Amino acid sequence: MVQYNFKNITVVPNGKDFIDIILSRTQRQTPTVVHKGYAISRLRQFYMRKVKYTQTNYYDKLSTIIDEFPRLDDIHPFYGDLLHVLYNKDHYKLALGQINTARNLISKIAKDYVRLLKYGDSLYRCKCLKVAALGRMCTVIKRVAPSLAYLEQIRQHMARLPSIDPNTRTILICGYPNVGKSSFINKITRADVDVQPYAFTTKSLFVGHTDYKYLRYQVIDTPGILDRPFEDRNIIEMCSITALAHLRAAVLFFLDISGSCGYTIAQQAALFHSIKSLFMNKPLTIVCNKTDLQPLEGISEEDMKLVMEMKAEAMKTVIGQGGEPTDDQGVLLTMSTLTEDGVIAVKNAACERLLDQRVEIKMKSKKINDCLNRFHVAIPKPRDQKERPPCIPQAVLEAKAKQAAEKEKRKTEKDLENENGGAGVYSASLKKNYILANDEWKEDVLPEILDGHNVYDFIDPDILQRLEELEQEEGLRQAEEVDDDFEMDGKELTPEEQQALAEIRKKKSLLIQQHRIKKSTAESRPIVPRKFDKDKQFTTRRMGRQLSALGLDPSKAIDRARSRSRGRKRERSPDNDGGDAMDMDVDTPNKRLRMRSRSRSRSVSRPPGELVPGEGFKDSAQKVKAQKLAKKSSKKRNKDARRGEADRVIPTLKPKHLFSGKRSSGKTDRR
Amino acid sequence: MRIEKCWFCSSTIYPGHGIQFVRNDAKIFRFCRSKCHKNFKMKRNPRKVKWTKAYRRLHGKDMTQDSTFEFERKRNRPERYDRNLTENTLKAIKTIDKVRSRREAKHIETRKKGKKAQLMREAVKELEQSINLVKAPGAFKEDNSLTLPKIKVKVSQTQAENQPMEE
Repeated sequence: MVQYNFKNITVVPNGKDFIDIILSRTQRQTPTVVHKGYAISRLRQFYMRKVKYTQTNYYDKLSTIIDEFPRLDDIHPFYGDLLHVLYNKDHYKLALGQINTARNLISKIAKDYVRLLKYGDSLYRCKCLKVAALGRMCTVIKRVAPSLAYLEQIRQHMARLPSIDPNTRTILICGYPNVGKSSFINKITRADVDVQPYAFTTKSLFVGHTDYKYLRYQVIDTPGILDRPFEDRNIIEMCSITALAHLRAAVLFFLDISGSCGYTIAQQAALFHSIKSLFMNKPLTIVCNKTDLQPLEGISEEDMKLVMEMKAEAMKTVIGQGGEPTDDQGVLLTMSTLTEDGVIAVKNAACERLLDQRVEIKMKSKKINDCLNRFHVAIPKPRDQKERPPCIPQAVLEAKAKQAAEKEKRKTEKDLENENGGAGVYSASLKKNYILANDEWKEDVLPEILDGHNVYDFIDPDILQRLEELEQEEGLRQAEEVDDDFEMDGKELTPEEQQALAEIRKKKSLLIQQHRIKKSTAESRPIVPRKFDKDKQFTTRRMGRQLSALGLDPSKAIDRARSRSRGRKRERSPDNDGGDAMDMDVDTPNKRLRMRSRSRSRSVSRPPGELVPGEGFKDSAQKVKAQKLAKKSSKKRNKDARRGEADRVIPTLKPKHLFSGKRSSGKTDRR
Repeated sequence: MRIEKCWFCSSTIYPGHGIQFVRNDAKIFRFCRSKCHKNFKMKRNPRKVKWTKAYRRLHGKDMTQDSTFEFERKRNRPERYDRNLTENTLKAIKTIDKVRSRREAKHIETRKKGKKAQLMREAVKELEQSINLVKAPGAFKEDNSLTLPKIKVKVSQTQAENQPMEE
């Protein structure tokens, strides 16, 4: 409760809402299903639980209400009185009392019915008991509903009360209505109080905060007070009276000298005297407001006398405190909130007086000795009479003076801009303050990109020197190149050599081709020995040709080959060629002679089954069989019109020349 | 404004061209056109893609080390402006460019020419080794030059005798 913040009180629900909340909670949070076939103890337990649950909830909620609303006797008398003024202590207490009784009644009801439920003998009876219990509890709350509504209203109003700390430094502003109290508080604090020409614009207390000497002061604005007997005062006036009565604050009594509030100085003085009892032990200041309309010196004699009387009264409060009887500076002050003339002075005076008073009191109390014991101010004893003022070097003083002068004289960039046409027209020259070796260069534009290079990458202080070295190097290189070129032209082949080389390469490629053919056929066909040379590859003529191509004389070799192939008979008698015709067919198995004779007498085509020795067949029958097999293998396929050897075949599906290579122009999407 | 180099093909990227990709580890990849960008996204290694400068340098097709490359270096500390220095620099850029392009051309020329000497040597060697395929060593005894012998089909006496039989 130290905070005096009534914003945290929980909401007090409406009577009807209260019942609804509790009953629905009971329905949700307790088990709902029960059958008459259950054991009786279980049934009883079921219903007892409901009754007890409802009772506990009511008890809890009502307890929170009772606890959270402040007890008027336990809080600071200022708040106690304030609440009494606003809400009437008795009604408040009654309402809370009713809530308390309701709580107790509900507890009793619950107790009774639980006791009855213990002896319930059927589901129906237990249920009736539960219904009755809950019904009675709810009726209790229904009866209490007006109190609940009243408490809710109080709660809402209390939440909006200003949070005034009764123990801290406070300044209280009081006076007749419309004298300028709210204007004053608006001026010195950040409060935003309504200021209107009609009386009783301020209807309740308002708090603002202000600072003085690094301390925070509360400033309380009160509604205006009229001069009436105490009993006749209304609630609004009572608020200010309460504040005056209970808060230990510096009081500022506002006086409207001009009379524009609608009340004369006499009336205001009368009011002052009637409430001066409340100003006991409070530093009082009389503030004359609205001096712009009527200066203090200009008022009439009687009014001046009244004012002086008030001042005398106020002086009494001064005398009563610090023991400084002649200090009358802060007692009577003039100001005008409209022109703000003297406002700060008033505030300062009030704060000062309050501070003094509080310090005095603190000093007098016993607690202060504890504080005093804790700190000690050490003053070094002067060892001689020499004066030692603070030492500031001359340079610093000069610099400070210069800085001050500069601040006034210097022309800022903003001024320059405004002179030359404003923000849109003038653009500041960023290069103005560049530090360069030569000031003419300030406006130079440096190219950033040249020929595909960044110029900044090349900038180097030694670039000239390096460039020279490069040039020298380049010169040397060029000289070397020329020498190289001369050397390279030496080697060339003579046309003879070229021809020979071409021949060699041709011969080599031929050999390779033949080898490849031989290799491929050797896998699929039997190799026929040379003596069955069907294609007449190995003739002496050929040998002779080849040897002479190499540059050798073949005659001897041919002779030797022929002599060997002919056999003994032929060797002995080289002239017996005439008798050959007859002997050849039978005696000489020599293929060559037979071929010769054959070639003479017959054409080259042969009958299909005839055995040719170069083919590799054993006899004619085998050859015929082989042929038959070959035909048979393809006959069926041909009859089935299947693809055969004669049908068109693409040997390579992806010939390289069509699928590779770049196009000089166009795409290669489609191949 | 700076001219950057394409990460993939190492060509120059002028301001306003290409795409910059910043990876999660804060490495920046700049591409000159979508071709390079798409190749990068395909995770191709520029060192294996034939038309990029990286490939060409790696495989020795283009000049890699030269003193002209040292002139162009990214300097992080700016130099105070000096008009004379700038003038000289601008002129120097032109000469350096000329020198560099000349050297690069030379490099490519030597690269291409180099084969000739090797071919020559190979040809000579082949000639020396395989001349026997075309001209027998025996023939060299009579005629030492490289003139190739002509094919001679000598009609022997026995053949002449056989001829009347053939007819």
